[in-house]
Amino acid sequence: MKARTLYDKIWDDHVVHQAEDGTCLLYIDRHLVHEVTSPQAFEGLRMTGRKVRAPEKTIAVPDHNVPTTLDRAKGIDNEESRIQVDALDKNAKDFGVHYYPVSDVRQGIVHIVGPEQGWTLPGMTVVCGDSHTATHGAFGALAHGIGTSEVEHVLATQTLIQKKSKNMKVEITGKLRPGVTAKDITLSVIGATGTAGGTGYVIEYCGEAIRDLSMEGRMTVCNMAIEGGARAGLIAPDEKTYDYCKGRPHAPKGAAWEAAVAYWKTLFSDEGAHFDKVITLKGEDIAPVVTWGTSPEDVLPITASVPAPESFSGGKVEAAKRALDYMGLTAGQKLTDIQIDTVFIGSCTNGRIEDLRAAAAILKGKKIKDGMRAMVVPGSGLVRAQAEEEGLADIFKEAGFEWRLAGCSMCLAMNPDQLAEGERCASTSNRNFEGRQGYKGRTHLVSPAMAAAAAITGHLTDVREMM
Amino acid sequence: MEKFTTVTGIAAPMPLVNIDTDMIIPKVFLKTIKRSGLGVNLFDEMRYDRQGNEIPDFVLNKPAYRDAQIIVAGDNFGCGSSREHAPWALADFGIKSVISTSFADIFYNNCFKNGILPIILPQEAVDVLMKDAEKGANARMEINLEAQTVTASDGQVFAFEVDAFKKHCLMNGLDDIGLTMEKAASIDSYEAKAGTLRPWV
Repeated sequence: MKARTLYDKIWDDHVVHQAEDGTCLLYIDRHLVHEVTSPQAFEGLRMTGRKVRAPEKTIAVPDHNVPTTLDRAKGIDNEESRIQVDALDKNAKDFGVHYYPVSDVRQGIVHIVGPEQGWTLPGMTVVCGDSHTATHGAFGALAHGIGTSEVEHVLATQTLIQKKSKNMKVEITGKLRPGVTAKDITLSVIGATGTAGGTGYVIEYCGEAIRDLSMEGRMTVCNMAIEGGARAGLIAPDEKTYDYCKGRPHAPKGAAWEAAVAYWKTLFSDEGAHFDKVITLKGEDIAPVVTWGTSPEDVLPITASVPAPESFSGGKVEAAKRALDYMGLTAGQKLTDIQIDTVFIGSCTNGRIEDLRAAAAILKGKKIKDGMRAMVVPGSGLVRAQAEEEGLADIFKEAGFEWRLAGCSMCLAMNPDQLAEGERCASTSNRNFEGRQGYKGRTHLVSPAMAAAAAITGHLTDVREMM
Repeated sequence: MEKFTTVTGIAAPMPLVNIDTDMIIPKVFLKTIKRSGLGVNLFDEMRYDRQGNEIPDFVLNKPAYRDAQIIVAGDNFGCGSSREHAPWALADFGIKSVISTSFADIFYNNCFKNGILPIILPQEAVDVLMKDAEKGANARMEINLEAQTVTASDGQVFAFEVDAFKKHCLMNGLDDIGLTMEKAASIDSYEAKAGTLRPWV
């Protein structure tokens, strides 16, 4: 049999129908749903009298619009946000899908809830009307974002019409240096390939530095595959993956577990499998990084300086000029001289327990800079509860951070957690686009430890100096 | 969905690279539970100041481009989020086609579901069409989906590739959910087989 990649294998196991031109009908094992990209899809079902084909494989949770303040039981002030969350409540009930309402301790960011509850398992196809569905690739699941029309298509048919992408391998060799995290890996890869470098590909991340990552670190890496333009990111499952899944509420049990693990052990790229593109980075060459511009590809080691637009070529010259103007930065300025006024720790990229531990380790016994607004938004109610149990919440609060309830929050600022005009944030989220965290707000993407360091000093900081 | 055959119209030049979905339709407009009415907020933060006044320099505010049906854009148009609100806003404004060297994957797929044709052409061709678009309202381009061509105002013709199935759906305005439901028997038999092979799913 022809040597196949991990992507080839998962794809082959999900083809329902293949047309002569290669267009496939692909079966979807898990459909995750949130309130922003689903109302029009459910409405479409109502208008055509269609049902949800597999409600038992459909999991809904509100996350984008939900308030993260401690008084959220009082309801949502913004009328449009409230209508959207109410619509999901109603749609979940009417169509009988699994649902974690705002009041449920298991509620959180959909990409944190899915793995946490054991919905996401190796070898599955997972989709959601959200680009950061790529996160679930960390389990060796083929996971990607879809638009609302496709959400409706999956609800009605449990399938998607797809053409296969090409295979790309991103290998991170060797060991990471102290202070370097999964976030630094994934940003450095985007820095190397550009935000369109992965377009048309599914990426498989591999190599010693990836193997050495925990499941949570792997989720951080795959989460940002979309920022590199790839349809999905994948990491072959191994013992760490099985250990993570075992015992979770919706993971298989008993004989089914044994059968599942036996299948999962076949999920790796065969020796000699063909990759259309290969990128290799040395783990020891990766430094703690920070973004300076308005695209995730605008990334540099924290020890560097703001680049000159003229150092780029093509359309990037104008884009870099625009970015420096928007960000209020000058070419040649040292990145560590950039003063910040806001710190956000959270999001589907970095809102898991290990992220909070990494930030708390830097913050322990310290105070944030005077005047700094700093908030921690755990990725789920369960992450929040665990952090409280471990004493992390106390470390954050004593340092001067706000300790919030779970949601997407300031990653995309659809709820009241926003930057004001001109505010500058060190953020553990995934996008530094213009206006992303608030109108004319300025975002520097960093790891949780780097965000914590910046909160203490008041400027972008090399976390290695604080370890 | 409206059928797409040919479009002859004004093309607006947007040479900026990496125009992301947050630029196309900022998140404050994602709170709608409808698909319609987003055209007025297309490119909102680039198009209006904080008081809601038009920014005269923005291309779609210029008299020549207010009725544009085509956008010629820099690399990697539509990167970022999966929000279908981006093509909904473009379609509601009246945009029928976007031409660039590359598109983000999810945005590209979303366009076809909404009667918009995203056209990928090599850099040299996009450069020529960008210059053509910069000429203003008198320079009308013609896009012919059947023939898979873009014709610049001076008659230069550029051929483009498009997936045959996507082309078929767009030309006939087909609802692909209906098409897939015709394959219900295949889905049934897949589920039966997968249920045996991977019962834990």
